[in-house]
Amino acid sequence: MTEDGTVGGTSRPDKWKTEDGNQRLEVGSRMTDPISHFPVPLSGFMEGQSKNKLTSMLRMMIVIRRIEETLNDLFARGKLFGTTHLCVGQEAVAVGACYPLRKDDLVASTHRGHSHALAKGVSLRKLMAELLGKDEGLCRGRGGTQHLSDISVGFLGTNGITGGLIPVATGAALAFKMKKQDNVVVSFFGDGASNTGVFHESINFASIKKLPVIYICENNLYAMSIHVKRSTSVENIAQRASAYSIPGVIVDGMDPLAVEKAMVDAVNRARKGEGPTLIEAKTYRYLGHSKSDRRVYRTREEEKYWMDRDAIQNLSSALIENNVAADEEIEAIFRDAENEVKSAVDWAVSLPDPSVDDVASGLFQENNEYV
Amino acid sequence: MNKVDLSMKDAINLALTEEMERDGNVFIMGEDIGVYGGAFGVTAGLLDKFGEDGIVETPISEGSLMGIATGSALMGMRPVLEIMFMDFTTLIIDQVLNHAVKFRYMFGGRDDIRVPLVIRTPYGGGRAYGASHSQSLEGLFLHIPGLKILVPSTPADARGLLKSAIRDNNPVLFLESKLLYNKTGQVPKDDNLIPIGKAKVVIEGEDITLLSYGRTLDMCREAADYLENEGYKPEVIDLRSLNPLDKKAITKSVEKTGRVVVVEEGTLTGGVGAELCSVIMENAFFSLESPPERVAAMDLPVPYSPVLEAEVLPGVGDIVEASLRSLSY
Ligand SMILES: Cc1ncc(C[n+]2csc(CCOP(=O)(O)OP(=O)(O)O)c2C)c(N)n1
Ligand SMILES: [Mg+2]
Repeated sequence: MTEDGTVGGTSRPDKWKTEDGNQRLEVGSRMTDPISHFPVPLSGFMEGQSKNKLTSMLRMMIVIRRIEETLNDLFARGKLFGTTHLCVGQEAVAVGACYPLRKDDLVASTHRGHSHALAKGVSLRKLMAELLGKDEGLCRGRGGTQHLSDISVGFLGTNGITGGLIPVATGAALAFKMKKQDNVVVSFFGDGASNTGVFHESINFASIKKLPVIYICENNLYAMSIHVKRSTSVENIAQRASAYSIPGVIVDGMDPLAVEKAMVDAVNRARKGEGPTLIEAKTYRYLGHSKSDRRVYRTREEEKYWMDRDAIQNLSSALIENNVAADEEIEAIFRDAENEVKSAVDWAVSLPDPSVDDVASGLFQENNEYV
Repeated sequence: MNKVDLSMKDAINLALTEEMERDGNVFIMGEDIGVYGGAFGVTAGLLDKFGEDGIVETPISEGSLMGIATGSALMGMRPVLEIMFMDFTTLIIDQVLNHAVKFRYMFGGRDDIRVPLVIRTPYGGGRAYGASHSQSLEGLFLHIPGLKILVPSTPADARGLLKSAIRDNNPVLFLESKLLYNKTGQVPKDDNLIPIGKAKVVIEGEDITLLSYGRTLDMCREAADYLENEGYKPEVIDLRSLNPLDKKAITKSVEKTGRVVVVEEGTLTGGVGAELCSVIMENAFFSLESPPERVAAMDLPVPYSPVLEAEVLPGVGDIVEASLRSLSY
């Protein structure tokens, strides 16, 4: 580490990355095999980063993983109802993508959205209370995992209709542009969602209107059981950008710094009024699609391949190897994150069920101007 | 025994298998219906039997899938389109409403224009899936002329009605209650086709008519138990088909009992119950001894928390209360 607390140059250049780190696609260009091109993290990007930034990214990734693992455990023990989509393995995308955002920038999420919410600054305790259907939750227990929101921190919401918020995110960006504000909107979605009509219509719209929106695809190779190769006409989702004359960028979604770097470029572009960017983060979900998935459509070897590239693992050891943080400091970050999750869960579990008395309230906004 | 015990899920799987074996033009289209077996496991094993020509797995593209099914049906195929949750049928409505159901009539009512297709989809709440995975939207579809709508409440009906739906030469919406998938019942071993548009009296009575279909039919049976204990003789009718509606059966029963409760899981306003009440007013007005009662979900999105969800969706207690109100009118 250097005097000012930033990290010195690291080794391990990744052969698939271009000089500025991420692969930028020319129109019609193809990566022959995205998996074998996959880099060994981490990370071409540590140079010049502050310790505080690196450790806070690590901490957030750990919080996200622990909450997801806790939810998985609660389901397994029959203590949680409904269903949920966990993002274990994909933490680096949310954390890297949200890091460059301001509080008043907006994030629109997916069905697999706990990570996006937390990384954008949603309260862990309120999130947990919502997932347990409590009145103290983000949405008073009415929304649940796929329908939760906290607009006060710029989190528009998770969403149960695949692709459903891509147009809404686009419309939010239209508002920012009309109001001449320099805020940006980030629209998360999966590889599967890139086959919906709204994805294509929205990006086309944002491109012709030059809207301040960043479309970020978490390509985890599967939409439920369907491998991306069976559902998608392009090798890389980022290639779809070329159809709409916007930049398409492929990043290593197991590396929060790679994601962050691509985001910084895209956010700058958006704030300057130059229009949208499509970022594709290659990543992997370690667990099943939802609670009842036995993962018959993929191999344990493939899972291991990706787990060996684990973002939390890699960032932790890179911090130690590069003398950014000592072993004990990393351990303390883990402990601290775990305690935070445990205390949030314990608190949420202890809350009573919500009262049904005003279940009917709140459908319409009542204070209209003409009243 | 010429009957077997099957879950509704297996009965549907059997109907699909039988119809695909019978007619090579029948194929299934949908998301995750292959190795995954469908989100609720209904198509489990079919990929092995019928291969990728019979089981067509699709990208997440509902808006187009319905049109693709329609085009193939026009050219003589018989697609069965699985939409993973009824909530997502909103994405296919344009292709249903502006295209599939109109072609035959609009192109002159000709016999060489046929759109034989089935849309299968699970509906309803009770599983804490939240606002986008719990809805019962049959009321929206009931407003569409030219679309048949079937809702089985037993495994036998599921098999028999689905087989008829697949052989029907028109678009059919086939609704499956998530909470009934694992419910078992006796299913005949023979081909039993069930005619579309015929209601079934499941409990005969004379004091009050409970009209419903699908999952809420089971609630009506429970409510009927309660009412019987109170000394009443309720009649319970399973509509099975919402379009066409068996107006004769409805009228006959209400003329006999003079009192009626209509029960659905969808939201109240503009719902199936509203239509049923109109039919009753038009056909049995002078037999009524009390105003028809409607039991339905509150006019709200379905909330996530199980206690809130239970409050918003109709329950057995609501049916009993409505019945007692009607009986003591
Ligand atoms: C319109 C619609 N169709 C289908 C579904 C069911 N569904 C939920 S998530 C999902 C897969 C989504 O895949 P992807 O976009 O790659 O996101 P991932 O689950 O991999 O995070 C499907 C098919 C849905 N929720 N909405
Ligand atoms: Mg995916």
